Amino acid sequence: MTPEPARAGQDVYSDHPLVGLYRRMVRIRRFELKCQSLWNARIGPGPKGEVTSAEQMPGFVHLSIGQEAIAVGVCTLLRPDDQIASTHRGHGHVIAKGGDVNRIMAELYGRVTGYCRGKGGSMHIFAPEIGVLGTNGIVGGGIAHAVGAAMAHKLLGRDGVAVTFFGDGASNQGVFFESMNLAALWHLPVVFVCENNLYSEWTEYERLTAGEQIVERGRPFGIPSVPVDGNDVLAVRDVASHAIRRARAGGGPSLIEAKTYIQCGHMEGEEAFAGKYRSDEEISSWVVRDPITRLGERLISGRVADRSVLAGVEAEEQQRVDEALRFAVASDPPDVSELTMHVFAKER
Amino acid sequence: MPDTYFSLAMRDAIAHALREDPSVFVMGEDIDKSVLGPTQGLVAEFGPTRVRNTPISEQAVIGAVIGASLTGMRPVMDVMFSSFFYVAMDQIANQAAHIRYMSGGQVHLPLVLMAGIGPSGQAGSQHSESPHAALMGLSGLKVVVPSTPADAKGLMLSAIRDPDPVIYLMDVALAGTKGPVPDGEHVVPLGVAEVKREGRDVTVVAMGFAAAEALEAADRLGSEGVSVEMIDPRTLVPLDVETIVASVGRTGRLVIAETGRRTCGFAAEVAALTMEHVWDSLVAPPIRVTWPDVPVPYSPALEMACQVDAEDIIDAVRRALQMSRSVHV
Repeated sequence: MTPEPARAGQDVYSDHPLVGLYRRMVRIRRFELKCQSLWNARIGPGPKGEVTSAEQMPGFVHLSIGQEAIAVGVCTLLRPDDQIASTHRGHGHVIAKGGDVNRIMAELYGRVTGYCRGKGGSMHIFAPEIGVLGTNGIVGGGIAHAVGAAMAHKLLGRDGVAVTFFGDGASNQGVFFESMNLAALWHLPVVFVCENNLYSEWTEYERLTAGEQIVERGRPFGIPSVPVDGNDVLAVRDVASHAIRRARAGGGPSLIEAKTYIQCGHMEGEEAFAGKYRSDEEISSWVVRDPITRLGERLISGRVADRSVLAGVEAEEQQRVDEALRFAVASDPPDVSELTMHVFAKER
Repeated sequence: MPDTYFSLAMRDAIAHALREDPSVFVMGEDIDKSVLGPTQGLVAEFGPTRVRNTPISEQAVIGAVIGASLTGMRPVMDVMFSSFFYVAMDQIANQAAHIRYMSGGQVHLPLVLMAGIGPSGQAGSQHSESPHAALMGLSGLKVVVPSTPADAKGLMLSAIRDPDPVIYLMDVALAGTKGPVPDGEHVVPLGVAEVKREGRDVTVVAMGFAAAEALEAADRLGSEGVSVEMIDPRTLVPLDVETIVASVGRTGRLVIAETGRRTCGFAAEVAALTMEHVWDSLVAPPIRVTWPDVPVPYSPALEMACQVDAEDIIDAVRRALQMSRSVHV
């Protein structure tokens, strides 16, 4: 049998707004840690015995562990009718925009209850009702889609905003420059959010990227461009709220370079071929700047929440993710008759 | 019915769509100059916001067309020459063609990318491509290739109103041809071939410029007593397989003429389809009339030799008529 998916983006909790940010980040983290452990169980030497054959995760996944503050800082400022164009590392963006973890997990498992009925998988999650124009398997592939969504807003006289997330790797794709040119030329309500996690696949970005900072690439186009600590959700929120407000008011595009670090690898299972390509010291120097820990400490020191509140959030989100796995595993795969469906609007 | 130029028939359909639907807008490089004609005068009537001049940025503009189509618009983009599709193949293949399927049917992409195909008079290889066959094989794109001004108008209106991404290809050799075109609302549905000449002896399936040449071939052969059934598929995706195989089932002989290269081409696909559907009716093997497997050359002498014309089609029909297999039982 196939359970009914919960309604997307409905939080049943009435958190303090700052605890709400914490909850979203924790939800992403717990979701991705779950994916990580399921993946490790698939390839070993992880806890194989703890995973049933139905829980064997198919596909391959790119996790955003350590980058959650950017997704949450930006997306919690957006309305459902604002769009995001995401990346191959996009679970966090979809969850931050209000995505239902049940349907995301089911999509990762290729089940019919997934957002795309199992046809897209991790790198191709579409959720039009909450403004997700897709995670995207092509580096830089979604940047111009946000430009088009912004054109649609402007042409139809709507005050919507489109955000595109992309990594430091995509900042070396030509379409990034072409898209900034269009957005600046036509004063489009686009926010370009570069998540610079210091690695372009398995190579340090400085070895592949000329110039001082990616954020400088917006300035020749006259695009207001700011760097921000991508591990500080409140700082991200601050710069993003300026950019989104300006876009909504007709002030045109912005570029944000959020500097962060990918605590996990480029993709799960990479140990099999990538070897060790960064030092333990480097990783631990970023783990101490973990965005979730940092916000938690600020909430406690600012007396917004105490440890028990945060522990409660952690436990609830863990439960939510555990339930998402149960939902996915209990869901049916698509019937084979769906193989040739959805190519065109009218099936022939 | 007034006679209208092919490219202006396209233009009239685009203008009609712009008038009837505020979500339609047009983009392209030097859209006001309109090198090939299909957007001539549209800026004057609809203004530079809805008929928008773009930078030479095929990737971003086609990407923007996709984004706009996902969020409530019906964009029409003039890519000018179809050789330029290759500049933006990520957006065309990975994105436009596949997004609806990958989304599990959640989204529509009502967009049109139009461009010229084939030799236009010594433009050389990089302005003379005919990528229709490659686009047919991507799955998710509809591919339209009209051969008359009336079809040019009717198919453009259908393409713009269609919920799926449509590649609209104008054989540049036809841009300056004239023919009768109905005024006002004139719609030719996608996926419906037209039997442009009825005949008994041989079926000729031909697209674009080759269809125009095939008509001439059919008329000349007719005066010699050869009865040619000439079919213009008009849309390559969806392809009206029924009309083609029904005809071949009657005539037993098939010539396919294509303004494109030979390997894995439209002609090869039609040949395979007929063998799958009506192989026992075939008394001669299907014969392909195509470009050779070369880039379109510059020299007028070579360009002319590369292009498919009525002589090539007549020659192929004669060969088809000379062949006859004995059927072993």
